[in-house]
Amino acid sequence: MTILDLSEQALRSVNAELQSLNGTQSNAEYEIINPRGSHALAVGLNAPIAVKIAGSTGYYCAGMNKHATVQVAGSVGPGVAENMMSGMVVVDGDASQYAGATGHGGLLVVRGNASSRCGISMKGIDIVVQGDIGHMSAFMAQKGNLVVLGDAGDALGDSLYEARLFVRGSVASLGTDCIEKEMRQEHIDLLNDLLARAGVDADPAEFRRYGSARQLYNFHIDNAQAY
Amino acid sequence: MKDHDTGTPRTEPRQSATFSNDINAEIRRAAATGIYDIRGGGAKRKVPHFDDLLFLGASISRYPLEGYREKCETAVTLGTRFASKPIELAIPITIAGMSFGSLSGPAKEALGRGASMAGTSTTTGDGGMTEEERGHSDKLVYQYLPSRYGMNPDDLRRADAIEIVVGQGAKPGGGGMLLGQKITERVAGMRDLPVGIDQRSACRHPDWTGPDDLEIKILELREITGWEKPIYIKIGGARPYYDTTLAVKAGADVVVLDGMQGGTAATQDVFIEHVGQPTLACIRPAVKALQDMGMHREVQLVVSGGIRTGADVAKALALGADAVSIGSAALIALGDNDPKWEKEYNALGTTAGAYDDWHEGRDPAGITTQDPELMARLDPIAAGRRLRNYLNVLTLEAQTIARACGKSHVHNLEPEDLCALTVEAAAMAGVPLAGTDWIPGRGGY
Repeated sequence: MTILDLSEQALRSVNAELQSLNGTQSNAEYEIINPRGSHALAVGLNAPIAVKIAGSTGYYCAGMNKHATVQVAGSVGPGVAENMMSGMVVVDGDASQYAGATGHGGLLVVRGNASSRCGISMKGIDIVVQGDIGHMSAFMAQKGNLVVLGDAGDALGDSLYEARLFVRGSVASLGTDCIEKEMRQEHIDLLNDLLARAGVDADPAEFRRYGSARQLYNFHIDNAQAY
Repeated sequence: MKDHDTGTPRTEPRQSATFSNDINAEIRRAAATGIYDIRGGGAKRKVPHFDDLLFLGASISRYPLEGYREKCETAVTLGTRFASKPIELAIPITIAGMSFGSLSGPAKEALGRGASMAGTSTTTGDGGMTEEERGHSDKLVYQYLPSRYGMNPDDLRRADAIEIVVGQGAKPGGGGMLLGQKITERVAGMRDLPVGIDQRSACRHPDWTGPDDLEIKILELREITGWEKPIYIKIGGARPYYDTTLAVKAGADVVVLDGMQGGTAATQDVFIEHVGQPTLACIRPAVKALQDMGMHREVQLVVSGGIRTGADVAKALALGADAVSIGSAALIALGDNDPKWEKEYNALGTTAGAYDDWHEGRDPAGITTQDPELMARLDPIAAGRRLRNYLNVLTLEAQTIARACGKSHVHNLEPEDLCALTVEAAAMAGVPLAGTDWIPGRGGY
């Protein structure tokens, strides 16, 4: 375990050390101490390394992650794991806006709550939030799975494409073109797998599934009022 | 005209300037369809432009340079502020961002080939980076757009620069649009979308709001790419003084400023024609913003929107730009709207030079299409050579003018070398009306 101390090292130095293993199969382990809300921490990683951040971070923690496992022992600012490609990011606390935005792959787990626009424009990432999520979550979400053990705010899944949304609690309102859909066995199996990978003990049968009604995929003048 | 029955004189039929034939036709089209018109390209209305400016040339007080003897440099370096690897271009003319999806793969390849032969860069678009483009572009600028289609850290690292797109001149405040006819399996795969849907990409970035967030976003992109890549910020011609100021504040290395004549793959005609300012009106406010911050030439300014000739290039540089960017003109050089396809344009209800239904994917020239048969009409090698030739001509023309003004580098052109033919152009460009020393808006009258 290598300790990187942000009270002594500059952000560039810490990220450069983590990125120095990019393209390798290294399983090296790091702990970043004194993160003090730093932005853009542990971004652009591209190796199966394990990074633990001892404290809360600012914007875009673990942005564009590939292969690495990043655990934040604290809360994160906006855009955690934005555009993640693969790997795993776990936030022990809460996440601010845009958690997992535009992510293409990998698994983001938020043990606390996630704020508005969680999973906005997601493109294949899986997101598991153990608490609640804010309004406009999964806006224009294209692919992947968003699992919420708590409640969802207003306009969930507005202008949704093919992402699947699973919510155990209440949904304040559904966004345009987002509807509740049947939970079939394949979805139970999918949820079982996601919850297990996220280390969450919950019964998939308690969740409801939401997806796109696919009414807005091609512009039709009769739907103009929906925009 | 006389009355048929009485032979007395009658009033000549008079068309309304307000309800012109064009307007009336649009009213009838709207009444028949119930939907706005969508098209490609930039503003078609006549607005004050570079044609309204003239160079003064040398005189007793200004020495010209010998056209075929004395050097006039054209090289430009973009991204000198923070990037450890700025982009060095042989000419101050770049190829603007245009997406794979709106353009065919061979068209993107041709852009890369032509730009590389001319020593300049080309730019991706709202659809990610293709191998055709990366493989044939010596210098490739990777656009970072609100949709983030195809965005990934590997392509970020293999780009030569990153362009964060905030807006574009054809539609400041609008997002991308690619209708179902062009969402083929390959295009859909790159964008993580179902085949055949109408793709309307977001007009705002999903994970930042405002200049303070943008500064942190730029920090993230720099940290991911090791502070090597120049970071451009592209803005539409909305509020050029303030947008340039905020882009610089946020940490841009380069500001790309796109006026309303700049093209788009597709959007509403009403958006193209009625939102945003002419390119000519945008340059001086942007330059003033840079000067007010002491950043002129430190942060480079690239101007686009209606650049067609070497004279346009020279005029943009004289007004303070470091480089220009071309999109529509590059497509025409490749073969877009070529009269040799006139019969096919007629069959589509249009004519060469006016064809702008690029979103329908039926481009006879094989450029703005994903139809395999139409795409095959464009030979990327020959088209690349045409673009190279055109870029060479633009450069030679700009050099010709610069030498005539006594400049050993095209960047030495300055507003003092210009006058304006109209009061409007004089006010926008901040140069005197021809034959006077009057710059409207600068006092004195």
